[in-house]
Amino acid sequence: MSYEIKLDVFEGPLDLLLYLIRKNEIDIYNIPIALITRQYLEYLDLMKALNLDLAGEYLVLAATLLHIKSRLLLPAPEQEDGGAEDETGDPRAELVQQLLEYQAFKEAALQLDRRTLLDRDVFKRGAPPEAPPEERGEETPIEADIFTLVEAFQRMLAQLDQADLMEIDLERISLADRINEIMDCLALKRDMTFAELMDEQITRQRIVYTFLAVLELMKLRMIRVYQAASFAAIRIFIVGEE
Amino acid sequence: MEEDLAILDALIFSSETPLTVERMREILPQYDRQGILGLLKTLAEHHEARGGGFGLCEIAGGWQFYSRPDLAPWVRKLKAGRPQMLSPAALETLAVVAYRQPVVKADIDRVRGVDVGGTLKGLLEKHLVRMVGRKDVPGRPILYGTTKRFLEVFQLKDLTELPTLTELKDIQS
Repeated sequence: MSYEIKLDVFEGPLDLLLYLIRKNEIDIYNIPIALITRQYLEYLDLMKALNLDLAGEYLVLAATLLHIKSRLLLPAPEQEDGGAEDETGDPRAELVQQLLEYQAFKEAALQLDRRTLLDRDVFKRGAPPEAPPEERGEETPIEADIFTLVEAFQRMLAQLDQADLMEIDLERISLADRINEIMDCLALKRDMTFAELMDEQITRQRIVYTFLAVLELMKLRMIRVYQAASFAAIRIFIVGEE
Repeated sequence: MEEDLAILDALIFSSETPLTVERMREILPQYDRQGILGLLKTLAEHHEARGGGFGLCEIAGGWQFYSRPDLAPWVRKLKAGRPQMLSPAALETLAVVAYRQPVVKADIDRVRGVDVGGTLKGLLEKHLVRMVGRKDVPGRPILYGTTKRFLEVFQLKDLTELPTLTELKDIQS
């Protein structure tokens, strides 16, 4: 079962820019670049703070905005040779064109969604299949706002941090230590199963070291290892001082 | 005449996909194109007058019965799961393909200002978009277009039924 998680964020850098233009009630043909660039960068910071994955495209548009801003600050190049070419166009023109185009398609997308849709508003015979009776329960979407999701994400990150700490722990285990620990245990109990040797902290590293320690102790003839049957518990005995 | 109306009714009822006029003519060869269209018009009127739960519609180059849109809340209860909605990103990508087809991915990327690789793949998997060829430029990039399924899902007779983008621009200004 999969859940679709929808975030009410922007569909891309152009979407964010259009939102800012609308929010500030700005004429799209006369965008105050300094104001919009500042607000755009503030939004990027906010999205970063929320740990939202910032796609590279957002940064590309930020660079474009800064580039336009710098070009607006420069004095217009002087007309050479008595104005052969009118190359002194508004540096914002290309961006405005892109915004208008995007806006048209964004509106077209909304219009598509407003149509009568198959399997949402109208149905034909056969498809999609009818729900089997046991699955007909109401499946409600999970509702969570963006902050709940960010919290959940940060909880997961916190758990990842703990996993990192465990890796640092590995340094402490050495084969010699493990051999001594096992001998100490066996001195008290005379015999133990391999599982009992693992005590409470079962990590992959500990299992490997325990296994190596047992092999080493067998080689040194300090312990004997028995198994009653295949897959039965492995019993480890200390070799008594005879 | 009445019998032929009933035959057409049965043909459309039995068809999985919108039934084309050409296919109907193969089965009822005594009619020309205009004749079939006349029958379809009468048949649609009959269903309309009956006031039943479904009607005859011309969609995606063919004819098919669809349930009445105002009855959707009840039909949805019968069908499995929630209706599959397209995300805003998918709809935007689909809109660019629909209006600009045949179109290469780079052009869709440029219009939307983001990489559309993921959404485009999703639309291909849903059979709303298909590869229609390759552009004759270096690298021969794939050209994309919409499918018959797209027309059916969005209940369009054909692509000319899409509102033109310039109309949209007029609304804004």
